[in-house]
Amino acid sequence: MIGTNVPRKEGIPKVTGAALYIDDMVFDELLHGATIRSTVPHGTLVDVHFEGDLPWDEFVVVRASDVPGDNVVTMIESDQPFLADGRIMHAGEAVVLIAHADKDLVARARKHVRLEITPLEPVLSIADSVAKKATLYAKDNAFKRFLVEKGSTKDAFKADGLTIVEGEYTTGAQEQLYIEPNGMVAIASEKEGVTIWGSLQCPYYVHKALVPLFGLGADNVRIVQATTGGGFGGKEEFPSIIAGHAALLSWKAGGKPVKLIYDRAEDMWVTTKRHPSITRHKTAIDAKGKLVAMEVDFRIDGGAYATLSSVVLSRGTIHACGPYACPNQRITAAAMATNHPPHGAFRGFGAPQSIFGLERHLDRCAAAVGLTPDEFRRRNLLKPGQTTATHQVIEEKIDLPAMLDLALKRSDWAKKREAFEVENAKEGARIKRGIGLASFFHGSGFTGSGEVYLASVVGVRARQGGTIEILASSTEIGQGTNTIFAQIASEALNIPYEWIQIANPDTANVPDSGPTVASRTCMVVGKLVERGCRQLVDALRKGGFLAGDGYDAKQFARACDAYIFRHGKLEATTTYTPPPGVEWDEKRYRGSAYAAYGWAVYVAEVSVDMLTWEARVEHFTAVQDIGKVIHPVLAAGQVEGGVTQGIGFALYEDVVWRDGSMINNQMTNYIIPTAADVPPIDVVFHEVPFAHGPSGAKGVGELPMDGPAPAILNAIEHATGLSITSLPAAPEVIMAAALKNAAEATHG
Amino acid sequence: MRAYVPGYEMLAPKALDEALGLLAASPETLTPIAGGTDLMVLFECGRLPEGRYLSLWQLDELRGIDITDEFVTLGALTTYRDVRDHPLLQAEFPMLCAAAAESGAIAIQNRGTLGGNIINASPAADSPPALLAYDAEIELVKKGGARWVPYRGFHLDYKVMDKEPGELLRRVRLPRRKDEASWTHFYRKVGTRRYQAISKVCFAGLAQLDSKGAIKVVRIGLASVAPTVLAAVETETALIGQTPSAKLAAQARAAMAKDVTPIDDIRSTAEYRRHVSINLAGAFVDTLSG
Repeated sequence: MIGTNVPRKEGIPKVTGAALYIDDMVFDELLHGATIRSTVPHGTLVDVHFEGDLPWDEFVVVRASDVPGDNVVTMIESDQPFLADGRIMHAGEAVVLIAHADKDLVARARKHVRLEITPLEPVLSIADSVAKKATLYAKDNAFKRFLVEKGSTKDAFKADGLTIVEGEYTTGAQEQLYIEPNGMVAIASEKEGVTIWGSLQCPYYVHKALVPLFGLGADNVRIVQATTGGGFGGKEEFPSIIAGHAALLSWKAGGKPVKLIYDRAEDMWVTTKRHPSITRHKTAIDAKGKLVAMEVDFRIDGGAYATLSSVVLSRGTIHACGPYACPNQRITAAAMATNHPPHGAFRGFGAPQSIFGLERHLDRCAAAVGLTPDEFRRRNLLKPGQTTATHQVIEEKIDLPAMLDLALKRSDWAKKREAFEVENAKEGARIKRGIGLASFFHGSGFTGSGEVYLASVVGVRARQGGTIEILASSTEIGQGTNTIFAQIASEALNIPYEWIQIANPDTANVPDSGPTVASRTCMVVGKLVERGCRQLVDALRKGGFLAGDGYDAKQFARACDAYIFRHGKLEATTTYTPPPGVEWDEKRYRGSAYAAYGWAVYVAEVSVDMLTWEARVEHFTAVQDIGKVIHPVLAAGQVEGGVTQGIGFALYEDVVWRDGSMINNQMTNYIIPTAADVPPIDVVFHEVPFAHGPSGAKGVGELPMDGPAPAILNAIEHATGLSITSLPAAPEVIMAAALKNAAEATHG
Repeated sequence: MRAYVPGYEMLAPKALDEALGLLAASPETLTPIAGGTDLMVLFECGRLPEGRYLSLWQLDELRGIDITDEFVTLGALTTYRDVRDHPLLQAEFPMLCAAAAESGAIAIQNRGTLGGNIINASPAADSPPALLAYDAEIELVKKGGARWVPYRGFHLDYKVMDKEPGELLRRVRLPRRKDEASWTHFYRKVGTRRYQAISKVCFAGLAQLDSKGAIKVVRIGLASVAPTVLAAVETETALIGQTPSAKLAAQARAAMAKDVTPIDDIRSTAEYRRHVSINLAGAFVDTLSG
């Protein structure tokens, strides 16, 4: 069952339209909600005016003063209000909620609520935040800082005969652009408690945020996931706010259901995006082309509230030195407060930003010591037994040089590199071609002690006839959770795939198996599914319901029936325990940052039209080790989708800001690649089973997002000689570099 | 959706006379809507002014492609799909077909019309550069009258046209050329991505060389480089009568720098648009010199 391409569990309802997304759900006496937001990035709220010829007395109106419990979004820190009360920290911040049964009237009314705000000086860049143009958070505007240190870079830089390379690399914000915009329905009242249906990744995050908002007991708040059309991290933390808003309106309306659906413009304007970043590198290389010292300073724009920035910063920090052996490494990092809407979770979670800086920088290091990009990496790639920047000893049986060779061979690297160089050198070559690579890793699961703190729980329940229900809060958001859980259970129980059912995530029915994030669903929660299934079999064996070593599906079904007849029910519950040897020192930021990593070598081939400076990706090779592949089609889909999002990050996706607002918040002007912009992608799995994953599997979700951008920009430099150090490498950016180069050449 | 639906009234006549009568009755307050591929986007995001609209979609008199020895005449409701699929247009007016094929998605091509593309008067519209290069004429009709005017000169300023209130665009006609082999068509849409993109620069150049290799006819249309779609008059003047060469390419580049007046906007920068227009002008001449 593992390693086969079974049909998706929820495929037929999705294809036939039977699946109900949140906006498809019908409720009696439904009210439609809307959110009134600040258009200034920083200021003081003076008053709210309800204007226009509208029946305002018919509207449900909620302001901060109406919040029954704590007006704060409970996450890591408690600094973000559900509704702004006094101080406005970002454009798009929610101030007033309105609802009415007439949807058209809501559309008109939202234009007639005027917020009177006295503007304050906004902070709209990392540099201005560091310079304390205004004080937004603590004394220094830093939500969080990290220091990771191995050896002594200070001493190492003093040695003779080293080549020192310095560089600065920046990345912009990126929108997740899940196909289904955010939306929630709430029924909330003092008597009935709070029930939420919605498009979301993490039901228990929403639960955690709503309990204090209403001051209710945990059992009086229930969160149910509706069919969800994509997330990519964008439905990790923000849905708590939408759920809270819908529930506040319903509460004020005496328990009438309230639907709050964002259109694309609102979703892109106010919900989270990838953190913009600046990475600075200083690197020492010896005469043999070995990395001697790496200093990295990594900064991200956290936006107006703390939200998840500290954790995004953590992952970006830990990945900042990549899968390379180097005795002296020092990483400093800071997440800075600005008056942008809070930046948040997005596939890769900080790693695509710091890996972009590193992998661009390594190509420049290679050039500085006269080595090709592949040879330079070959000399420095981590081997088993060596340590990462956090002193983690690599115990996985990896062979990164072999993966590098495979990627070079599949992409025809050497031959193409040479041929392109010959063609590009010809007089008047209008199309220049190049090939570039990136080698990288991505930790599966929560960082450090994160999984231990989460203590995820999964339930496995047998029914009459031997069918099995898996109970977990891990959500199906298009990536295949339901399918792989069923495969893992089917394999562990040795029963047909069709006998496995996945319970819909509903906090009233499923245990907390943690959030659906961090490439953890397959490796961490999948392992709990596997263990739960094995416990079930053990229970049947111990009770004498299954005899001997083997059994078939019929015998299993009979055993379940007999057990349930005797005991009333047959269930198993498993709780996470870390693999042996996984230890983490939170204070010094040292130890096993992740129980396992995905490893990859990606190669991009590009063309650049020198008339228009448009870069295109012509071919892509993606070689990765994600452990055992559970479902080859779904796994390849994850890689192809990640590479495509990476192409968008590299070349197209540019959030245009004005006064702290995204002004290209439409799909017409926020450019993601279409099928015509995506090349053939050669997906290759180099399978090295991981001892503590289900059937040897690790995570796959985020890894493919990390490598494309640097590989593509490295290829652009190979094609044109232009070193682009910021994302996206839009034609305007490549042009500016080309003109600067030409001007420098003229002036000698 | 951000629009307040009760705030809109849509009239949908079935005959052109009826439509012209309605327009004549309220020329300032009734806005024609053809395929709606632009207006409905504004409607969705709440930026379409509330008021009265006149749907032209049912006016079959505005459909059809008519061919004579002298002209190809296209009804104003001819869709991009009609254009891109038409064999004679493909043979004689390939830049118009390319523009149609590179406009929006298939659904947009099925719905978007040539007339709507002209009257919507976006400076970034895709078909006008080709229409300018092919020296199109347009017919404006109102209650009790009709007139043919050259398309070149129709756009006076940003969203300002040489059109009276109450006038509708009925037809577009393209003069057919002889000796197809002597003509060069040079079309390049530079969008924000390969397809489903709005132009950052769109360039359509048409030229005919005489028997001595000198440029006998040249017309260049551009989009997204000025407040309106633009005929590159300076560049045309620099090229006419000249023999293509590297030197002439440089002159074309210099002239193009005078033709364009681009701006920074959400999709690109003035500087990029200027440089790309100049590069394309040079490449056009390079193409002519073979």
